[in-house]
Amino acid sequence: MLPYAMDTDLSSQDRKDLDKFIKFFALKTVQVIVQARLGEKICTRSSSSPTGSDWFNLAIKDIPEVTHEAKKALAGQLPAVGRSMCVEISLKTSEGDSMELEIWCLEMNEKCDKEIKVSYTVYNRLSLLLKSLLAITRVTPAYRLSRKQGHEYVILYRIYFGEVQLSGLGEGFQTVRVGTVGTPVGTITLSCAYRINLAFMSTRQFERTPPIMGIIIDHFVDRPYPSSSPMHPCNYRAGEDNGAVYPSVEDSQEVCTTSFSTSPPSQLSSSRLSYQPAALGVGSADMGYPVLFAGGLNAAHPHQLLGPGKEGGVPPVPSQPAHGTQADQERMCTPLDGVHYSAATPSSSEDTETVSNSSEGKSGSPHDLLETIFIRKVGAFVNKPINQVNPPDSPETESPLQGSLHSEGSSGSSTGNTHDDFVMIDFKPAFSKDDILPMDLGTFYREFQNPPQLSSLSIDIGAQSMAEDLDSLPEKLAVHEKNVKEFDAFVETLQ
Amino acid sequence: MNCRAEVLEVSVEGRQVEEAMLAVLHTVLLHRSTGKFHYKKEGTYSIGTVGTQDVDCDFIDFAYVRVSSEELDRALRKAVGEFKDALRSSGSDGMGQISLEFYQKKKSRWPFSDECIPWELWTIKVNVVNLANEQERQICREKVGEKLCEKIINIVEVMNRHEYLPKMPTQSEVDNVFDTSLKDVQPYLYKISYQITDSLGTSVTTTMRRLIKDTLAL
Repeated sequence: MLPYAMDTDLSSQDRKDLDKFIKFFALKTVQVIVQARLGEKICTRSSSSPTGSDWFNLAIKDIPEVTHEAKKALAGQLPAVGRSMCVEISLKTSEGDSMELEIWCLEMNEKCDKEIKVSYTVYNRLSLLLKSLLAITRVTPAYRLSRKQGHEYVILYRIYFGEVQLSGLGEGFQTVRVGTVGTPVGTITLSCAYRINLAFMSTRQFERTPPIMGIIIDHFVDRPYPSSSPMHPCNYRAGEDNGAVYPSVEDSQEVCTTSFSTSPPSQLSSSRLSYQPAALGVGSADMGYPVLFAGGLNAAHPHQLLGPGKEGGVPPVPSQPAHGTQADQERMCTPLDGVHYSAATPSSSEDTETVSNSSEGKSGSPHDLLETIFIRKVGAFVNKPINQVNPPDSPETESPLQGSLHSEGSSGSSTGNTHDDFVMIDFKPAFSKDDILPMDLGTFYREFQNPPQLSSLSIDIGAQSMAEDLDSLPEKLAVHEKNVKEFDAFVETLQ
Repeated sequence: MNCRAEVLEVSVEGRQVEEAMLAVLHTVLLHRSTGKFHYKKEGTYSIGTVGTQDVDCDFIDFAYVRVSSEELDRALRKAVGEFKDALRSSGSDGMGQISLEFYQKKKSRWPFSDECIPWELWTIKVNVVNLANEQERQICREKVGEKLCEKIINIVEVMNRHEYLPKMPTQSEVDNVFDTSLKDVQPYLYKISYQITDSLGTSVTTTMRRLIKDTLAL
């Protein structure tokens, strides 16, 4: 049994269920976050019948290597007070410069809700929280960056367990709370801290900024054990054989068969979860995606930039998730129909790899390596007001990467860009000086970008000309009547 | 029981109305939809799976997630399309509001019709702006995108307060709480209505549109 801050009156079955929910919630959280940074649109199908493999009644695919990394980081433990699961999203340019964009934190605090029903309310609220996570992952600035990743930069992820490390986000980062779920052993909180001084490093600037040449960049986040939690690209390609084929992890494919009861709490025995370990059909052969690490660690492949949909021969899981979902279902081979909806049989069908078992075998050094030396209390985010978004005055605290990108951006900016740290210079497009025309291209562009309204379209002048036209009509008619014979002769020549 | 009411306000260009409304409505319905219920014996039920998909906006720098249900998407598009047409044809300053109301049905004895008791009301107030040139339109694309991000965060914050939700119904009561007419997902019973405001600030037209057959006629 895992140590929790508060001793509760939870039954052992409730405790097991809760551990399971939290574990799979953590795994699904990681999947949602990483998949949202793949750079592709995600699409999964609704299914009117429960498939048994969709935790929290949501169709969220499991990328095996992501699950593997998450489990490696968790090392059999669960988020608890002082031990948070964090997913760090960062950006790495093709030149090897990197910058942290956001940190997603799954935390647990000591505030317990002992009255809450585990197998029903907690489960449904975790499902709701996952939906919120799906929504929020699309509104932070890193989403748009990730959609445009490619040749200039890639988005990487890193999962770690322990104290939250926010120092790499720079000053003035913002936090958004995705949601909380109270449980009998503590309150689960999911939040995101994201860099906001990215605002002036928009994706457009990334696209038009020329490669940084000849600048010594020494910006790496000060991680105490960099080799223990390497960065991974959020997109990936198969077909590269570096030996890192990941076995399909048994309990990520574990069947989640949930039946709920509309009866009063005294009849909860009919609403237990029953777990049936999935028969591993095809196994990992078709889902063995080798992981290409960041450029510094794998110099042979500095540009792991192509999305799965762009690489030939890649099983395009994210781009065709509908097929992938079917493949997963076929792989699961779950004998569900007519079996699992009755009262549960926890002892007969429980999986062997419970959290408590795995923690016994895996405690020790992997856990120690993942804890950091930062002394920071959970929840004590440094939250500065938004008016401190501007780069700090002291150059030591901002990365050289940011400084160089600022200067590159300002040289090409128009006079409409009035950022404090930029130097205002005239917009001088190349080859724009022309002796014939009195103005350059920039001046021409500015003058004619907002042309004044045509005078003929203004109401007053139109009204005046209309009145004049009407007044002059009788005279014109009289003239035309005099020349009727000439007009007739002209018409006859046309016939 | 009081009905929980939330109001969101957006200022958009005419061509952005549809996407902005769909983004907000879909985000709310993502949180207020479950998989299909399958009732079994002994009062137990199991729940189907809700799929999701990303939607990119064409006129706004924004993307959102919606439930993977073409029926639900069609229903929302129809309602939003009517709202957009009403806004356009009203000839007013382009102000209106669209409301998404979640309700429960309470069966009444004959000869009274069923009562609809709202438990959550989302109102989106829309102000349509006219822009003069392409530069302003580009700025508007980005600004509306940022505003919608804020609205999504607001919606998520409300959803995760875990305030009142209808109790899970028995099989006989499920149609009083959920819309079971869709084949792949099951949203809570909802209705969408809109109002167009004229320049004096009074309501000119009120159109109630019931998207589900809910009221029994006498």
